[in-house]
Amino acid sequence: MDPLLVYPDPPPTELARCLDLGGVVWKAVASIDAVARDEPADGWAGAIVVLAEDDSAEAAWAFCRHIRKRDNPVAPLMLLVPGSGIDTLNLRDELFEDFCLTPFHPRELEARLRHLLWRTVPAPTADVVTTGPLALNLETYQATIEGKSLDLTYMEYELLKFLMQHPGRVFTREVLLSRVWGYEYYGGARTVDVHVRRLRAKIGEEHAQLIETVRSVGYRCGTGRRTGS
Amino acid sequence: MDNQIDYVMRSVEERHVRLVRLWFTDVLGQLKSFAISPAELENALSEGMTFDGSSIDGYSRVFESDVLARPDASTFELLPWAAPGEAEARVICDIANLDGTPFEGDSRSVLRRNLEVARKAGFTFYVAPEMEFFYFSASDAGGPPKPLDQGSYFDLTTADVAGSLRKRTIHTLETMGIPVEYSFHEDSPSQHEIDLRHTDALTMADSVMTFRLVVREAAAAEGLYATFMPKPLEGVQGSGMHTHMSLFRGEHNAFHDPADPYRLSKEAKGFIAGLLRHAPEITAITNQTVNSYKRLIPGFEAPVVVSWARNNRSALVRVPVAKSNEGSTRVEYRSPDPACNPYLAFSVMLAAGMRGITEGYELPAEASGNVLRLSDEERAAEGMTELPGSLSEALTLMEGSDLVREALGEHIFEWFLRNKRKEWRSYKSQVTPFELERYLRMI
Repeated sequence: MDPLLVYPDPPPTELARCLDLGGVVWKAVASIDAVARDEPADGWAGAIVVLAEDDSAEAAWAFCRHIRKRDNPVAPLMLLVPGSGIDTLNLRDELFEDFCLTPFHPRELEARLRHLLWRTVPAPTADVVTTGPLALNLETYQATIEGKSLDLTYMEYELLKFLMQHPGRVFTREVLLSRVWGYEYYGGARTVDVHVRRLRAKIGEEHAQLIETVRSVGYRCGTGRRTGS
Repeated sequence: MDNQIDYVMRSVEERHVRLVRLWFTDVLGQLKSFAISPAELENALSEGMTFDGSSIDGYSRVFESDVLARPDASTFELLPWAAPGEAEARVICDIANLDGTPFEGDSRSVLRRNLEVARKAGFTFYVAPEMEFFYFSASDAGGPPKPLDQGSYFDLTTADVAGSLRKRTIHTLETMGIPVEYSFHEDSPSQHEIDLRHTDALTMADSVMTFRLVVREAAAAEGLYATFMPKPLEGVQGSGMHTHMSLFRGEHNAFHDPADPYRLSKEAKGFIAGLLRHAPEITAITNQTVNSYKRLIPGFEAPVVVSWARNNRSALVRVPVAKSNEGSTRVEYRSPDPACNPYLAFSVMLAAGMRGITEGYELPAEASGNVLRLSDEERAAEGMTELPGSLSEALTLMEGSDLVREALGEHIFEWFLRNKRKEWRSYKSQVTPFELERYLRMI
């Protein structure tokens, strides 16, 4: 059996004990670099990431983003999260399959893990997201408007994808910055405005309102309301 | 960041890109490019491409001529003017030494370094330039430039070839992710202005480089040419690159203070004071050609003296009256021209402003009346400093500036002075039509 990846290194002692008692094969890694370096030939069987209650939580999220967004994403991923961090799960659904509150009950964790690993194939996700005349193919990264190709930079694509995957929801700049860019990015909250303008410019004047500015709140895409003709 | 590389590689495949152009900028602000095949791209993105930099202006060094071009994957864009079926893309590069450290001759790295200084102080630097330029007929090669029209400011002429050309240009800019705020026919015949919407300074410097290429390409496609020469026609306004600047702290405009009668924060005042105090020494960078100084003369709305004002267009620093929303508080620096190297120009402007903030410079009083109408004596009486009157003067002022030396780094500082002194000497050795007309038969 291929090992489960565990972050951070060393993991909390109660987690290490629980895994060892349950006969789970695992290996702890301390950094993003180690994920590829220590990767077994057939890839990691899955991952357990521990979010602590302190400042290291952001680094743990960055770690999740990395292992999920690389060429060969690590799945399934189980998060161990303290009760105080439960809100940080919001809008990060694509980063994990299941979570368990800490301090955890060893038998609960064991049961959840068993169930998670049993379901080896990740749940199917839609390959194409659409909003009105806009379509994104998540498999090929290609965007089209009315069937015509739209050439986007990587971050323009990621922002549009995020907005389109949550149709009708209004997001503040802060939320977009943390969920789309991640906190590793220092460009400032205005970065979001700049990218929205660039997206609108590329989409073209007649469709610019597909990404709607919600005054003194933020942005949303796809309200279902059609503006103009 | 390998997901970003993956995105680029996938786009190259899906859009059948045949050629990828790696762009970078020499010290004088000329766009340089070399093309690689898609097969080489993945390696270029992860490891960079080595090339011989010795023939690039400002790149030559004594010991090593090879440098490394490291494509910045976030700048990957398809080029809209490529022929159908021949898709091409560009990626903007940072230039590094072979050991991976930023190359001292790379102006993009210089701007990155200056932005990092501001970031450490908690600021993000936003800029929005107003780009002015002329269209001329390409048939008059060699002769004096011929304007296409006699239109002037905001004119809407019916047979306005240039107007529709400008419109197409803007469309191309927008498909390349360069949003335009306004565009119009400027004061002089054949002169146009396109104002870009603010972005962070690094993105904007990249955009200015792209902008100049797009404007020229679009004009060439019509059998015309576009020029960013600061003063192509005598007796009418030249082309400037007025630059609007602001510093943000997170979501908040650090220049805005609702409690101040001017709506200006302490930071804004320090920044303006810094710009004013260091304006003479940074002018060689913001106005780097012999011709630049033919624009900076009285009578054509170009700044001549160091001053600031709220809504006076003859001041060097203008503070546009802020609308109610705090985001729009900004300062406009009016001396730069569009022939500058935007990476270096933004670097020295930021450095001057930041110096004003960190050293707590006092903001002098606002200039009253039309500072341009003052005589030399009146200006002297008001204690006003003037901007340098020639490239030579500007270079002398720059040479004595620790601020510019620090902002540019030793390598570019020294090379720029050497190169521009040479340009000045070669200009000075010319016998001009002015002299022949004035002296030949008189003395």
